[in-house]
Amino acid sequence: MPDTSPLTARPLRVTLFASCMVDQLAPGVGFSAVEVLEHLGVQVDFPGDQTCCGQPAFNSGFRSQALPVATRFIELFENVDGPIVVPSGSCAAMVRNYYGDLFDRDPGLLERARRVGERLYEFTEFIDKFFGTDAIRGSLDDSVTYHKSCHLLREIGIDGPPLELLSNVEGLTLTPLNRADVCCGFGGAFSVKMPDISSAILNEKLDNIVQTGAKSVVAADTGCVFQMQGGLRRRGSSVRVVHIAEILADSIRSTGPDR
Amino acid sequence: MKPQTTHFRFKASQTLVNDQIQQSLEHVYTGFHEGRLTAAANTDNWEELRTKGKAIKDHTIAHLDHYLDLLADSVEKNGGHVFFADDAEEARQHILGLAKANDVKTVIKSKSMVSEEMALADALIDAGIEAVETDLGEYIIQLAGETPYHLIAPAVHKSRKDVAALLSDDFKDGDPVPDAVQLTRMARSKLRAVFERADMSVTGVNFAVAESGSIALVTNEGNGRMSTSVPRIHVAVMGMEKIVPSIQDLSTMLRILIRSATGQRISTYVTMVNGPRKPDEEDGPEEFHRVIMNNGRDRLRAETRMRESLNCIRCGACLNACPVYRKVGGHAYGWVYPGPIGSIVSPVLTGLKDASNLPNASSLCGACHSACPVKINIPRMLLELRWRTAEGKVDARERTSSIKERAVWKAWRFGMMGRRRFDLGARVARIMIRPLSRGGWIKKAPPPISGWTVTRDFPLISPKSLKSLLSVRTKHTKRDLD
Repeated sequence: MPDTSPLTARPLRVTLFASCMVDQLAPGVGFSAVEVLEHLGVQVDFPGDQTCCGQPAFNSGFRSQALPVATRFIELFENVDGPIVVPSGSCAAMVRNYYGDLFDRDPGLLERARRVGERLYEFTEFIDKFFGTDAIRGSLDDSVTYHKSCHLLREIGIDGPPLELLSNVEGLTLTPLNRADVCCGFGGAFSVKMPDISSAILNEKLDNIVQTGAKSVVAADTGCVFQMQGGLRRRGSSVRVVHIAEILADSIRSTGPDR
Repeated sequence: MKPQTTHFRFKASQTLVNDQIQQSLEHVYTGFHEGRLTAAANTDNWEELRTKGKAIKDHTIAHLDHYLDLLADSVEKNGGHVFFADDAEEARQHILGLAKANDVKTVIKSKSMVSEEMALADALIDAGIEAVETDLGEYIIQLAGETPYHLIAPAVHKSRKDVAALLSDDFKDGDPVPDAVQLTRMARSKLRAVFERADMSVTGVNFAVAESGSIALVTNEGNGRMSTSVPRIHVAVMGMEKIVPSIQDLSTMLRILIRSATGQRISTYVTMVNGPRKPDEEDGPEEFHRVIMNNGRDRLRAETRMRESLNCIRCGACLNACPVYRKVGGHAYGWVYPGPIGSIVSPVLTGLKDASNLPNASSLCGACHSACPVKINIPRMLLELRWRTAEGKVDARERTSSIKERAVWKAWRFGMMGRRRFDLGARVARIMIRPLSRGGWIKKAPPPISGWTVTRDFPLISPKSLKSLLSVRTKHTKRDLD
């Protein structure tokens, strides 16, 4: 019987959907997410057959190419129980907010997509909902600022939790970022289709980041991480861009059992 | 107005390197956008008002025929005339006919985007009639021979110096630049005489109230009130979606419109007009005409997925919130409506094939959706239009994607339909681009990602996927346990 009741108890076991980008371009982010979840006492399963949710093709307008990939995603993840966690607000938004448009001619798939979507949580959303943002007792000597990744903020509606998670890391200096909620200019294929516009938006973001004086900037989506890091590197800046899962994992490691 | 949506990339690239316009566009954020955020924060039931506003518009658009009939009846009951125009040409000809029949010499216009669709001022001038814009921003734009840059701030891209040069024949480079008050005085002294000699006015309509036939005009300069009371003929032009059922609804809509547009709680003037002067009234026009224009709006309405765009109340909040608009400016969008709302309505109203760049000119950040006072889900409609341009499934003629692009996404699908292919594809790509990399980053990448590396380093694909990292870890953990 499928579990349709709202989850209230702390899950002991979750399934990780890495996202294609984390899987092949930034596996460290996925690895960090696993470490953080395990630190919370959650066992993490990783279905080895996973690839992508279909968003890149869908956002580029190629729905007929996105459709089989998204269907494959549903087939794979409807066969696992319990919450599914993804370290990307963007992929979570694709499944939760846009599968409806992709499958609108197939009521059966639509319903299956809805059920998978109900169990799919973005990484910080999951921690906040089931454990609270004070559940990770890490510490890290670093100074950071936080960029509010668009899809997590506006598509999923998560604003406070990432900032709370960061402010609960002992020793971490968190400097507010001016216009933190303004896009970094990534936008998937947009960043290569209209690179001059994407870069102009990025430049405003980077100016604001540099102004904070922080050593690192934290984001919640790998797309933003690469866009900002790519731009900062080109500027010759030493500011690092990290995914929130990475900095939380770092904070746990440096407070490991030896200390 | 003739659409020039094909010029998007060219116009955008010009604006990106224009420092003066980039500076002007900053005000759009610090003035309007932040003003709206403050106004919303200071309004207790803001979200409730948005929900209510959306419900009012959803309802009205769903029953548009009914409310248009009701509106027409109300206007006629008040002694006004109603003309339904199928398109911009019909509307233009009707208004030109009115002007000629009444021997009109001078027309004053107050701000109206619908009249921009008709290119009405130019048409009047071509017919030998003096036609002058009376909204300060529109007046500046008219003097410059340009089109509006922003829905509520048509001349937002002009510097004070630009304005001084337009308003004064004597102004020379190097002269001290007059301040805003002085500039406004200069415009006022010129416009006052025109107001006095005008025999006809054309105004826009912020909202038309179906039950009473009233129009509501929101201005900060008073030109709306002058236009509706001085000349002997008043023509109010509106898109057929600009309608609300009742005065109560109007109250809700005005509250969200004004806060969303300028951050004010209420504008300096809210003018309401029901029709021509009544026998016992001292001022007001002798004749009142209402032109209600379709111009493609029925197509937006017929498409379930695009219909919500008719909820737009033209506040400009989505432009102010949009990171793309704030870099490429208003003229890049190539037609009357710039910014995110323009990117969804221009393709349907003027042709998607020519406007195919517009829905693609977005990072899909969703700032427009969050800013919209009536919660129009603009990103969703951008995606709908992208789908049409990519695959041409709704109308094959709309397809603008290249063969190369289609091949790339076909290959992408193949790669994503199995884990082994996915891993193999990533490994092969890594081997191919690795010689270009240093320290895990690429400074100059080949197509299709060459655009990225003009300004940004590109990350090299990881030597190991997460799957393989995790499987190694699991083996280690197992060994530790043994």
